[in-house]
Amino acid sequence: MLGSELVFRGWPMSQTSAFDKWCAAYDAAPKRDAPFTTMSGVPLEPVYGPHDGPHPGQYPYTRGLHAAMYRSRLWTMRMFAGFGTAVDTNLRFKEIINAGGTGLSTAFDMPTLLGLDSDDPMSLGEVGRCGVAIDSITDMRDLFDGIDLSAITTSMTINSPAAVMLAMFVAQAEEAGVERHRLGGTLQNDILKEYQAQKEFIFPPRQSMRLVRDTMTFTAAEMPKWNSISISGYHIREAGSTAAEELAFTLANGFAYAELAREAGLRIDDVAPRLSFFFNAHIDFFEEIAKYRAARRIWARWMREHYGASDERSWQMRFHTQTAGVSLTAQQPELNIARTAIEALAGVLGGTQSLHTNSMDEALALPSEKSARIALRTQQIIAYETNVVHVADPLGGSWFVEELTDELERQAETLFAHIMELGDGSMLEGCIKGIEENWFQGRIADSAYELERTFNDGRRIVVGVNDFTEGNDDADLEILRITNADERRQVERLDDVRRTRNEALVAEAVTALTTDALDPEVNLMPALINAARARVTVGEMMGAMVGVFGRHVEVPTL
Amino acid sequence: MTVRVLVAKVGLDGHDRGIKVVARLLRDAGMEVVYTGLFQTPETVASAAVQEDVDVVGLSMLSGAHLTLAPLVVEALRARGSDVPVVVGGIVPNNDVDDLRAAGVAAVFGPGASAQTMVETINELVAART
Repeated sequence: MLGSELVFRGWPMSQTSAFDKWCAAYDAAPKRDAPFTTMSGVPLEPVYGPHDGPHPGQYPYTRGLHAAMYRSRLWTMRMFAGFGTAVDTNLRFKEIINAGGTGLSTAFDMPTLLGLDSDDPMSLGEVGRCGVAIDSITDMRDLFDGIDLSAITTSMTINSPAAVMLAMFVAQAEEAGVERHRLGGTLQNDILKEYQAQKEFIFPPRQSMRLVRDTMTFTAAEMPKWNSISISGYHIREAGSTAAEELAFTLANGFAYAELAREAGLRIDDVAPRLSFFFNAHIDFFEEIAKYRAARRIWARWMREHYGASDERSWQMRFHTQTAGVSLTAQQPELNIARTAIEALAGVLGGTQSLHTNSMDEALALPSEKSARIALRTQQIIAYETNVVHVADPLGGSWFVEELTDELERQAETLFAHIMELGDGSMLEGCIKGIEENWFQGRIADSAYELERTFNDGRRIVVGVNDFTEGNDDADLEILRITNADERRQVERLDDVRRTRNEALVAEAVTALTTDALDPEVNLMPALINAARARVTVGEMMGAMVGVFGRHVEVPTL
Repeated sequence: MTVRVLVAKVGLDGHDRGIKVVARLLRDAGMEVVYTGLFQTPETVASAAVQEDVDVVGLSMLSGAHLTLAPLVVEALRARGSDVPVVVGGIVPNNDVDDLRAAGVAAVFGPGASAQTMVETINELVAART
């Protein structure tokens, strides 16, 4: 088989041109053991295009983060999972690992996301439904039981209580003998988009940002393999934004966190490499690919030119992608496999670092084991059968895709200018003001409404919904049922924790947490880790902080 | 007579795309729409419905808690002597529709329900009541 190294043998290695540098980086990169040819044996270059233009792995990274892209390493097939109790989800995690999943991603239930214990009256009917219920370190321990946390990376999709969940994760890993500096993974911890889109907020925005600051400084100092924030456009898009709004609001939030870190005295190059991103892969194939290309380029330019980052890793936007839940239909749900495959392909052609593919039944319920496996297999088909992974940025140079990339960048810059204006020159302040003034929320709702009208009046077709409905009456899929029995089992688990813990230690830990919360200069992570060890529950920790920080109430607008 | 609708989010479910879009579509159809915001309880929804004297209560539920929470809203309304019909929209599997109907929910709009269907159903429910 013609190795790609051979293709470039003989090029003068002067290290002067972009192409020479790319050749050197490509040759130095590890390669997977795969035939880099078409199915019919045509040898493929690792990338195509003019020699003088920026190549993959070169600033501003429009064409991808790495010289050899997926020839070195495929994306991480990171499947999001969580339901019922920690014990239930632990079994699903092990199934994912056995099926070839290469990363874990934890979905929490609504009470956990909102910092409530499973026995809180507001939790009624919600325990274990949308994700796994975590009340204390005991649940965290059972969640990762038998999984080597030094060998697999873990992503936790949690925001308002992110600091609490990180504290519990660190405390349980250390109890299991894995020191914090060996833990690799990602905390979503992107509170700005909660106010803008997902609406799982607890504290007021400015108080929440203090906790984000604390997790950033804590992980920068003590957890070198941990990504402190996964800045998420996914939920902004799911809430109804356009692609350009997803792009702009997400990056603006990213800039805001960078400014927050700078205000906290951290160097931009100590923080930016730990920020990762998370985008939606919607059904508009080329627009999505252009969005990822524009995102990398904008981040690189702003980090270097606006924020003065000098470490290459600060310029490199790494991102996770999830196919669009909102594009799935309850009608003829098997069609969702096709939608998801197209969306996942856009993520891959756009150069994503990791990918979650939704299951066909998710317009109805959490995925069944079978539908989740099909979703993972969809990624494996793209990775191992289609050969699209052999060539980096295969659509680069397409007049259409290049122009669409430029257009999305232009639209994003216009939105950045507005946010900056809201914040008097500060993106951090602009993002917070935009939330307080309902500007983001209003824009997103307007876009959602405009799109919905085009479906309602038939200008846009959704197969099985407003056209091609034959087959809609077929038998229902077997779906995963979460029953109230799961809720009762979780409440019993929590009762056990409350019964067997040392209440004096609990009271002491909660008092210490409150004291620390009162002083805005203090980092809350040590007090939270201490509380986690003392078996203080999520609800108790969050309750103590609500006592100090207060609660955010969104003014309802239509 | 203009139809008055209270649209509400009960419990912890923060997904508010659907409720906001539906509210505007109902307004486009000439209805008056009241929205009380996120994280309401069955009690707060029922008292707002009575206070605002609405013709229909619409619940948007996407987190799977519909079988627990929708019946509580119906009960809270009836406990206040209100017979206002309750409709539910969101992620509701077909299997759950009968249970919701048995618990007093007047209509269920699953994913993909059109604005036209919702408007027609609401108008019929209001007409049947008067």
